[in-house]
Amino acid sequence: MSALHIKKGSTSHSAYNLRPTFSDVEERHTLAVLVENEPGVLARVIGLFSGRGYNIDSLTVAEVDHTGHLSRITIVTTGTPQVIEQIKAQLGRIVSVREVHDLTVEGRAVERELAMLKVAGQGDKRVEALRIAEIFRAKVVDSTLSSFVFEITGTPEKIDALADLMRPLGLVEIARTGIAALLRGD
Amino acid sequence: MVIQALKDQGVDTVFGYPGGAVLPIYDEIFQQNEIRHILVRHEQGAVHAAEGYARSTGKPGVVLVTSGPGATNAVTGLTDALLDSIPLVVLTGQVPTFMIGSDAFQEADTVGITRPCTKHNWLVKDTDKLSGVIHEAFHVATTGRPGPVLVDIPKDVQFATGAYKKPAPEKSTYNPQVKGDNESIAELVAAIETAKKPVFYTGGGVINSGPEASRLLRELVEATGIPITSTLMGLGAYPASGKHWLGMLGMHGLYEANMAMHDCDLLIAIGSRFDDRITGKIDAFSPRSVKAHIDIDPSSINKVVRCDIPIVGDVATVLEEVLSIWKSRGSKTNAEGLTRWRSKIAEWKKINCLAYNGSTKTIKPQYALERLEALTKDRDRYICTEVGQHQMWAAQFLGFEDPNRWMTSGGLGTMGYGFPASIGVQIAHPEALVINVAGEASWLMNMQELGTVTQFDLPVKQFILNNERLGMVRQWQELLHGERYSHSWSESLPDFVKLADAFGAKGILCKDPADLDDAIMEMLNHDGPVIFDCLVEKHENCFPMIPSGKAHNEMLLGEADTQGVIDSKGSVLV
Repeated sequence: MSALHIKKGSTSHSAYNLRPTFSDVEERHTLAVLVENEPGVLARVIGLFSGRGYNIDSLTVAEVDHTGHLSRITIVTTGTPQVIEQIKAQLGRIVSVREVHDLTVEGRAVERELAMLKVAGQGDKRVEALRIAEIFRAKVVDSTLSSFVFEITGTPEKIDALADLMRPLGLVEIARTGIAALLRGD
Repeated sequence: MVIQALKDQGVDTVFGYPGGAVLPIYDEIFQQNEIRHILVRHEQGAVHAAEGYARSTGKPGVVLVTSGPGATNAVTGLTDALLDSIPLVVLTGQVPTFMIGSDAFQEADTVGITRPCTKHNWLVKDTDKLSGVIHEAFHVATTGRPGPVLVDIPKDVQFATGAYKKPAPEKSTYNPQVKGDNESIAELVAAIETAKKPVFYTGGGVINSGPEASRLLRELVEATGIPITSTLMGLGAYPASGKHWLGMLGMHGLYEANMAMHDCDLLIAIGSRFDDRITGKIDAFSPRSVKAHIDIDPSSINKVVRCDIPIVGDVATVLEEVLSIWKSRGSKTNAEGLTRWRSKIAEWKKINCLAYNGSTKTIKPQYALERLEALTKDRDRYICTEVGQHQMWAAQFLGFEDPNRWMTSGGLGTMGYGFPASIGVQIAHPEALVINVAGEASWLMNMQELGTVTQFDLPVKQFILNNERLGMVRQWQELLHGERYSHSWSESLPDFVKLADAFGAKGILCKDPADLDDAIMEMLNHDGPVIFDCLVEKHENCFPMIPSGKAHNEMLLGEADTQGVIDSKGSVLV
């Protein structure tokens, strides 16, 4: 993250595009928010979204720099361009927020999500589940005589596709991490 | 340690109320003389008093209250300060760290409750970090867009000793941008040169930026000759006697100001945030103008209204740059266009939108304020208000020549703000004339502060326009709800003269317009707190008015205009 030095504000180097865009079409944006890792910081970010009525499609958070006490929050949100700009500006206003990056406009980003799926069943269905898991390169991380737990990493769409296929084969539970994202290149 | 940190921050006054969880700090206060503690009668009063202190001095206001109910009582004041961008540092006591989360006596999740109503807050669990956090709190409260901050200090942390750090704002990671983008500033100057119908629309941000911002604004207005209007919060940045002054704009703003906003071709917003009281119907807001916006808060830009020339920065810093480019280019405005624009504005002014029907039998509230203005305008005067009709009339009929002279609750609209705020102002300016223009209902919301006033012998003048009604509520019920006046009259009002007497203040009752001047002079000549009970016309409505859901050019100018003006869509708006 240290390569990303973008100041808050309206200069031509800004992460915030303050020039208005006139579209009313809703867009999906992935935001990376670097925050000081202190108690309550996640509540500040989530409280902003709930208090101002913004959408959260996905949210992940973990410490990424132990010595610098920085956590990275990846948020996927939808809204009109004006709302997206407002979300970024409001995030930038939070005192514990160090940097806000819109990965959707700053360049192409790699987006990945991890999921675990529990599939219970016997006989042909069990064999079919294992075969489909192989096609999706999902790993078996737990096995009993009547169930598997698969682990899969990929785009949210890939996970959706796997879940759709597993449903008739005895999908009983699914746990997803939400999206983590990084810009491609340097 | 807390007191040392406050001293190092230059604090001379703390507004507060003691309780179990702040006793160690109160013990330190007892043992020193440099910081003065003003004991209020309710924590909400402490926060509003600190707001009055801050707004009238430009320095942060400091509040000290206890845990639990002390902190929750402060919430309204914190929200008020957040919406009006008033710098406050509020210190709250908390139960000891080892009892947090146990539902202990007078425990509340103060940082949780105040998270959305402060600019930032901290719970300090380590005494070694306490001084650093307090210094950072002052830095955050006063840097960038100002606002209230809160530091929650558990009692064991107050008792413990730890390492003290001196203030070091340069080490802070919170450093908002103050310098505007040069390209955009040049673009603004070019737009001013060509505009035929430009208007300045200024707000509380000019006051918050400091006296230098007001000085530069005046210089720019004089240099360009562009007419200027202001929000409620921005009154005084440009003098009311100035020749380019249009008066306040917005829902109860002046006709000429709102018409100028609607018809202009260049709108220069400075430290103002396009609040819904200002814009009216967004789709019809200033439809043909290029919009420039100077604001220190990037989130204010493009929030409500699309902006063509965005400039993020401190008002004073940006205006200085605008002026220097203006001078270095030898810029001139479009003289022909501006002359025509001024004559158009002069036509609007002839409407005389503040006209009202006078009376020799009852005191009209507008008349009361006209007389108050005439008898006090040459004095060293500070005005506070409560919230409602009287607030709008005060904004319309009193003239403000300088910044920091006008304290009112704009964004949150907090009834009960004005009386404690007037206490804070008087504390900061002991020799000045401090008047709180109030309605009787608002004033009663924090009337307990009469005790504070008499204890500290503060000569604040409470000028109560008593219509025995919640006047603004009544007005809306008349316009919107078929004159069904549900719970908007004030029953069982006290005898204000006796009430003043009971607390050791002076009470004056006035109900005859012929007596008004003498009564006001009696109030002004009394060296001590006065409650002035001015019985006014009970059914007066506040005009002009932009009804909910209407545009700037659809103003109501008086009673005759009001039949069926608000459609069903407008009636859901507040």
